[in-house]
Order: sequence, then C-alpha cells, then structure tokens
Amino acid sequence: MAESNTVRDDKAAASSLSGRGVDFLLNRHRFKPAEALPWILAIAVYFFLPDRLTFGSQVLIMVLFALSLDLILGYAGIVTLGHAAFFGLGAYTVGLLVIRAGWNEPISSLFAAAAVAALAGFVSGWVLLRYRGFTLLMLTLATAVLLMELGNLRSDITGGYDGLPGMVIAPLFGVFEYDLYGKTNYLYTLAVLFVVFMIVRRIVYSPFGEALTGIRENVRRMHAIGAPVHRHLVVAYTIAAAIAGVAGALNAQTNAYVTLGVFEFERSAAVMVILILGGTGRLYGAFVGAVIYMVLEDDLAKWSPEFWQFGVGLLLVVTVLFARRGLLGLFEDIGRYISKKRAS
Amino acid sequence: MIGSIASILVDGLAYAMFLFIVSVGLSVTMGLMGFVNLAHGAFAMAGGYVVLTAMRYFGVPFIAALALTFFVIGAVSVVFERTLYARLYKAGELDQVLLTIGLAFMAIAGATYFFGPIPQHITMPDWLAGHIDIGLRTVPTYRAFLILIGFALVIALWYGFERTTLGAKIRAAVDNRRMAQSVGINVDLLFTLTFAVGSGLAALGGGLSIHLLGLTPTFALVYLVLFLLVVSVGGLGSVKGTLVAALVLGIFDTTGKYLYAEAGGFFIYAIAMAVLLIKPAGLYGRE
Amino acid sequence: MKRFHLASLAALALVMSSTAQAQTVKIGVMLPYSGVNADLGTQIDKAFDLYVKLHAKDIAPYKVELVKRDEGPPSGANAKTVATELITRDKVNILAGVVFSPSAIALAPVLTQAKMPMAIANAGTAWIPTLSPYIVRFSFSMWHPAYPMGEYAAKNLGCKTAAMGYTDFPPGKDSTEAFKTGFEKNGGKVIESIPMGNPAQVPDMTPFFTRVKDAKPDCFYVFIPSGSHASAVVKYYGEVGLKQAGIKLIGPMDVAPDNKLPAMGDAAIGTIVMGHYSKDLDNPANKEFVKAWEAEYGKNFIPDFMSAQGWDTMAAIFDTIKKLKGDFSDGEKVVDTLKNYKGNGPRGQVSIDPATRDIVQDEHAMEVYKKADGSLGLKVLGTVKQVKDQCKELKVGRCGGN
Repeated sequence: MAESNTVRDDKAAASSLSGRGVDFLLNRHRFKPAEALPWILAIAVYFFLPDRLTFGSQVLIMVLFALSLDLILGYAGIVTLGHAAFFGLGAYTVGLLVIRAGWNEPISSLFAAAAVAALAGFVSGWVLLRYRGFTLLMLTLATAVLLMELGNLRSDITGGYDGLPGMVIAPLFGVFEYDLYGKTNYLYTLAVLFVVFMIVRRIVYSPFGEALTGIRENVRRMHAIGAPVHRHLVVAYTIAAAIAGVAGALNAQTNAYVTLGVFEFERSAAVMVILILGGTGRLYGAFVGAVIYMVLEDDLAKWSPEFWQFGVGLLLVVTVLFARRGLLGLFEDIGRYISKKRAS
Repeated sequence: MIGSIASILVDGLAYAMFLFIVSVGLSVTMGLMGFVNLAHGAFAMAGGYVVLTAMRYFGVPFIAALALTFFVIGAVSVVFERTLYARLYKAGELDQVLLTIGLAFMAIAGATYFFGPIPQHITMPDWLAGHIDIGLRTVPTYRAFLILIGFALVIALWYGFERTTLGAKIRAAVDNRRMAQSVGINVDLLFTLTFAVGSGLAALGGGLSIHLLGLTPTFALVYLVLFLLVVSVGGLGSVKGTLVAALVLGIFDTTGKYLYAEAGGFFIYAIAMAVLLIKPAGLYGRE
Repeated sequence: MKRFHLASLAALALVMSSTAQAQTVKIGVMLPYSGVNADLGTQIDKAFDLYVKLHAKDIAPYKVELVKRDEGPPSGANAKTVATELITRDKVNILAGVVFSPSAIALAPVLTQAKMPMAIANAGTAWIPTLSPYIVRFSFSMWHPAYPMGEYAAKNLGCKTAAMGYTDFPPGKDSTEAFKTGFEKNGGKVIESIPMGNPAQVPDMTPFFTRVKDAKPDCFYVFIPSGSHASAVVKYYGEVGLKQAGIKLIGPMDVAPDNKLPAMGDAAIGTIVMGHYSKDLDNPANKEFVKAWEAEYGKNFIPDFMSAQGWDTMAAIFDTIKKLKGDFSDGEKVVDTLKNYKGNGPRGQVSIDPATRDIVQDEHAMEVYKKADGSLGLKVLGTVKQVKDQCKELKVGRCGGN
C-alpha cells in the first residue's frame, strides 16, 4: 500500500515538475498497441499474398539491415557509407561455411555470421570511431571497398563477381524444406527479424541507449560528464555490425548464392536512403522506409523498366521537402493533427 | 626505364588533372557552402550532354561547347539552388543526402529518356586528336590539353577566391555568416553564385571527360565515390587541397596499376584511407 | 431450361478461356533495363520485339506474350526474386534473356525447382548450363571466341608471344584462360597477363597498356565487357602507341561490337576480333535481319552480336511453339525441343549441342577496316566452322562437372 502510494507520489511530483515530458520518459518503453501493426501486416502478407513471399523476404532482410543502421545512425549519430561491409561479411561467412567447410545448418550459421561481423565491427569501430562527419563517411566507405578488392584479389576463395554458386542450405530445424514460393524463407526471416527487433528495442530504451542518444545530441556534454563516449560508440557499432551480419547471412541463405556484389557501395547508400526516408532514430522508420522504397521500386520497375528511377528520385525529393523527419515523422504529424482535431 | 617513368608521370598527371577538374566544383559547393551535394555527378552528366548536343546537332566547336555548358548548367543550377537547395541550408546533412540522391536518380532517368542508355561519344577537332612529342615520348594531345586546362583552372580559382573582392566576400560569408550579413554582404546571392560556379565546373568536367570515358546517364552516380574521395583527401573547400589530392591519388593510382595491376583499385582507396587516418580534415582542410 | 442455358454458357466460357490460355505462350523476359548496362539489355530487347512482330503470324493460332522485367544489377542480386515471381505470379511458360552471368547463376536453382525452361540470350560464363538441366544457351560461352582466337593468333597471325589484358572479373579470367589454352597449344607463349581493374572502375587503361608496350609482345589480347569500356580499348591502344610499336590488337568480338564502331574512329582499323556475328556477315538470313532492323529502328541504331543472339533465342522459342503446338505445360518437353534446335539466323547456321545444352556456331576472325563510304566495318579473314564450347570439351575446372 505504502509502495503504491510512493509511486503515485513520484508520478504526481514528476508531472507537476515538467508535465508530459517526464511522463513520456517513464512510459515510452512500454509497448503501445500500434506497435503490433507491422507484425500483423507481415503475417497478413503471408496469408493474403502467398505469391509475393520471395520478394517479401527481401524486404524483411532490408528492414533488418536498416534497423542495424538505425542503431548507429539514428541513435548514436554515426554516419556511415560502408555498412555493406558487415552485410557482406555475414553473407560470406554463410557462403564459405557451406562451400568450403560443408557446414550448412542455417541457424548456427547465423550466429557464426553475427560473430564474424561483430569482430570486424569491433576492430574497425575501435579505429574509425575516433573520426566523425564527412571523414568517417569516407573512411567507412573505403573500408567496404577495400574488403571488396580483397575479395576479388582472392577470388579463388570468394568466387569473385561470379560468387559461390550451388550453396545447398540444410532444411530449417532439419525439417522444413525451402519451397519455390519462399514460404519457409519468409517465416524464417520474419522470426529472425522479430527476435532481433526485440533485442534492439531493449537496447535502445536501456540506459546505454540513452547514453547513445546523449552522444548524438551533444557529444561535448557527454565527455564533460565523464561518459566513456568512444567505448559506447564502439559497443553500439559492434552490435549494429553483428545485426547487419545476420541480415547478410539471411540474404545469402534465402538466395542460396553470394557474390562480391554484397559489398557494393550501392547497398550501403540504399540502406541509408531507406532509413532516412522512413525516419531515423525511431526503430519503425526502418520498416516504413524499406517497405515503401522497395515496393515502389518494384512496382515502378514493372510498370516502366527503363525509367522507374525517376519515380524513386521524386519520392526522395518530395519527402525531404514535405516530411523532414521521414515518412514515419509525417505519419506521426498526421496522427497528432487528427487527434488534436478530435479533442477540440 | 627512364622512358617508362616519364611515361607514367605524364599519364598520372593527365589522370590527376581529370580528377581535379571534375572534383573541384564539388569541393567548392561542399566546402564553402557546407552542403552535401551528391547531385554533383548529375550536373557533370548534364554538362556532358549539353556539350554533346551542341556539337552534334548545332555544329558548335568543342571549346565553345565547353564554355557554353559552363554557363548553361551554371544557370540551370541556380533554379535548383533557389527552389530546392536553399530550403535545406540549415537542415541536417542526412536530408541533404536524400534530396541530392533523389535528384541524381531523376537526372539519370531523364537523361535515359532523352538520350538512351547507349554510351555516347564526340569527335574531337583535329588539333586535339593527334599526338605531340615531348622528347622522351609522344603524348596524346588531348591529355596535354587536359593538363593545361587543369592548371588554367587552378590559377583562375585561386585568383577568384584570394584576390578579388567577391572571393573575399565569399570567404567572409563562409567564416561567419551573420557577421558577413551585418556588414551588408548579400549572403544569399553569394551562395547562389558559388553554387552556380560549382555546378558550372562540374559541367565542364563532364564535357571534358566524354572523350576519356564515354558518356552514359549513369555518369551521375558511377564516379561520385571517386569525386568524394578526392574532395575528402584534399580537404573540404580548399582548391589547393583538391589539386594536391588529385595529383597524389592520380599519380599513385597510375603507378600502382602499372607496377602491380593485380591489386586493381586497391591503391587509390588505401592511400585515401591512410591520409584521412592521419589528417582527418584532409590535406588542406580546416580542423 | 433457363438454368441449363446458363450452365452451358458458363461451361462454354470456361472452355474458351482455357483454350485461349493454352494458345498463348507467356515468355518471361529478364534483361537489364536500367543502370550502367541498360544499353546491353536494349540490344537484346529490340531483337526480341522485332522477331515477335515479324513472325507472330507464323505461329498462328498460338500467340506469345512477353512479360518484361528488369534483371537488376550485374551482381545478380535481384535475379532470383525476379525469376521466382515471373514463375509464381505471372505464370510464365518459359524464361528468356539474362545478360549478366551472376544473374543466371543465381536463378538456376529456381529453374530446377520449378521445372522451368530458360533460354539464355547472353550470360557467357562457361559452366552456366551445368547448373540446371533446364538451361539452354543460345548466346556463347567465353571459350567460344577466345579459344579459336588463340589458335588463329598462333597459326595465322604469326604471333609468337602475346600479352593479355582483361577486366578483373570471372568472364575476363575465363576468356583469357581460353585464349591462353588455344594459343599455347599451338606453340605461342603468353608473356604478360594483366588484370585491368573491376568492371565498376574508371576505365583509364593507360598504365596497363604502357606495361604491355614495355613487354613488347607480338599480339595483345584484350577482354572487356561489351559496355562503355569497349570503345576505350581501341582509343588507348592508339594513344599509348601500341599500334605504332607494331603490337597487334586482338580479342573477342566485345572489343569491336558493331554498335560501338562508329565511336571508335580510325584507331580501330586493323584490330582483329574473333566472334560469331557482325552486321556485315554475308549470309541471306543476316541480310534480311539487318534490313528489317533498319526498317524498324532506323540506321542510327545498329544491331550487334547481342541482337543476333536475341533474334536466335526468340526464333528457337517460336520453333518450339510450332513443334509442341503451343503446349508448354511440360517443362522437360520444352527443354528437349529447345536443346535439339537447329536453325539459320543472322549468325548463319546455329544448333544446340544436346549433350551440353550449349550453342554450336561458326566463329569468324574479322578485321576492322574502312569501307568505301568512310564508315568502319568488319571483314571476315577466316572462319572456324561449328565451334563447340571448348571449356566443356576439354573439361576445364567447373566445366568438367565439378
């Protein structure tokens, strides 16, 4: 009884202090009903669009990849154009395990991919995260390109730009075969995404996540209060690298193929564009960005194989001009506007 | 042996000048205005098509077409600057990335619509088509011409920024925008002008590179990484830095390819990375 | 009575719709329509369209419908998804196209899984047909031009030594290995082998060509993908002074494709390429093809070897439609018919080797020369008749079936 009283007192004190802001801070990590929406939609796709699941898996993998970028770009403010390096390392871990070592069990391969990518993230992060801004952008970009060049130099191992064909992935849990319609792959990808998302969500709302946001907003102040800025950044970078590695591994498994193309600059750039389009630093931005970008690209490419890029470009320009905080920010604004109207 | 060394130096120098000409405009817009302009390649590509159209359909001579493209694209870029870029001067770099990548995509699709995806070429005037003898070997006249244009640009830009009132105003506006405004400098106009010059230079670079690389709509993005590399190694906003970076990267890349071709594009990225690790703001950038 | 009427009408409609379906063969076309290599896709796409337009009446009452999709980037990243959706969503009966080898490699398992035949119109990595029994290739293998070029250089061009330069990706390595095999079997010696950067890099080939100049070989064999790099080779060859040094420039037809010749200028004259097609080939089918092409697309849009491949690919599919009376329901039957294809196209006589499902075609040694009207053309110096893919004949590496 006394305890609940204190809680209420605290709350009362908090709201009397600075009102809604503190309330928001106390409650924001709780699950809101709206958060179930993307998952319900993803499951609905499985039942209502059964012939789009191969494409669907690609979208989910992109969501996962963008999510990993959100952790460092959206929360920690690390701008990188070399995120494909970790995606590629994850993909190649899976590929080389299958082709060179004969290890084709999918789930253990995911962990292996995460470990390899995390190690690379730790090492490169430890060196590179002393830099910021444009310099960091170019350093991360160069890292990814150098990895690709290295892969081409040793194409006897990597298969070069023709890649590693003929990867046979063992059935999931030894039971579920990979069908033509991609049902198994879709559910597999969705499950992995869900698990990883829960982990990321937890990280973001932990004190560590707060520290990252602090670094993004005011790095000098974080230094001043004695926060281990570099260590925080390296840890975040390592986690993000591991998740990108998982995305790459899923990509290699669902395609049963991996080439040096996984390291391409275009992939690093695309994931960044997708995240900014959806909205950075808000977890679900990755979902909105990846789905809208990829579905639009896919539809436009069918409608006009030659000129679809125009439509994608237009979407980006219009988003910047009219929805500065990404599409998710726009949705939030609309939602707030409607609820305000209803209230008045 | 001496012949080969001289040969590589000349080739490296020509390649370096190409890098300088196409990148310096980007250094100007990104450095002086602080705008991440990933559509730089798109202006270069458009500039290439202006040269192509002028020469092929209107019989304009090559040099005149180059001058034309500088002014046409410079003028067109003002429209973009006023309507789109100006809204984002105070926005974060991420929004600038999104806008300019979007513009580059649209430019590629637009160019494909009008010119098709096939690589386009122009016929060089006779006086640029041959070789000239420099003693140790013969050099393709066009490469010598590129080297000359590069040096002429260096001098013009240095003079413009360091020795004219306009240049002084631009530097003042970059250093302290508010102070510059308060002493009566029209900063908006200056930025528009700077942007036009940067885009004009991009167009010039595009026009000059047709003979070397051929021209396709995807020029807008394919070489962008290379431009960014030169600009970052040189240091944002520094004409001198861009020149030195272009020379270092161009000559090292050419030598590396000659001596150890297996490593491919390794050298240019490895050197760029080494420079940035030691000097994060680039060779001549402000910390 | 009325109820009966309705039912019979419904049944009739059902029958009609199902026969209409059986009569239309849906062809899923995968080509690069956007991106750096869109011009390669265009060459094949236009050939497909032209063939369908001119020959639609030949297969009446059956019809074809082309469902076109962007094949995606050269890394093959989208190919599996695109192929899967063409099969599962658009319910195509056969796939055709594919320019990049990685695309073909990526989608091969899908073909086997879906029992879906595919007619490849470019993708030249030698071992691609071994990846799925449903692949039939109507284009070429990298070994098709390169191996005979090696023989020809040693025997007929008087080359004792050769240097090789190639774009540093698998087709480049394939092509140079094939050249080297053919060249050294006939007494030649390769003294330099230079990777010239990956396909995405700026094609400044000067340093590589300078190295070749210093090595002083008799011949310089170059492989580059037939995109924007093509015209660069000849230009650098002249600029660096290899031509003046008396080093012969030789290569597969990608070095001098018909549609890139006008941009090359006189520097190209004397270049010798080995290939299965040139716009100037003297055979009746080709004359007809070029005439129809120019009538449809104008004289400025020039067909090249890819267009010829596209034409023959579509011809083979039409031939199969006739033989199977429009019934494409059984993928195995379609493949069996395709792999026994024999025909006369712009390339002359072509057939498929049923054992390897790869093309058999003439390879011509051709020299770039200046025609009377001042434009550049290709002159046939010699022909190697009915060449099979030597990679599979000699069982090199993966071509030996792993």
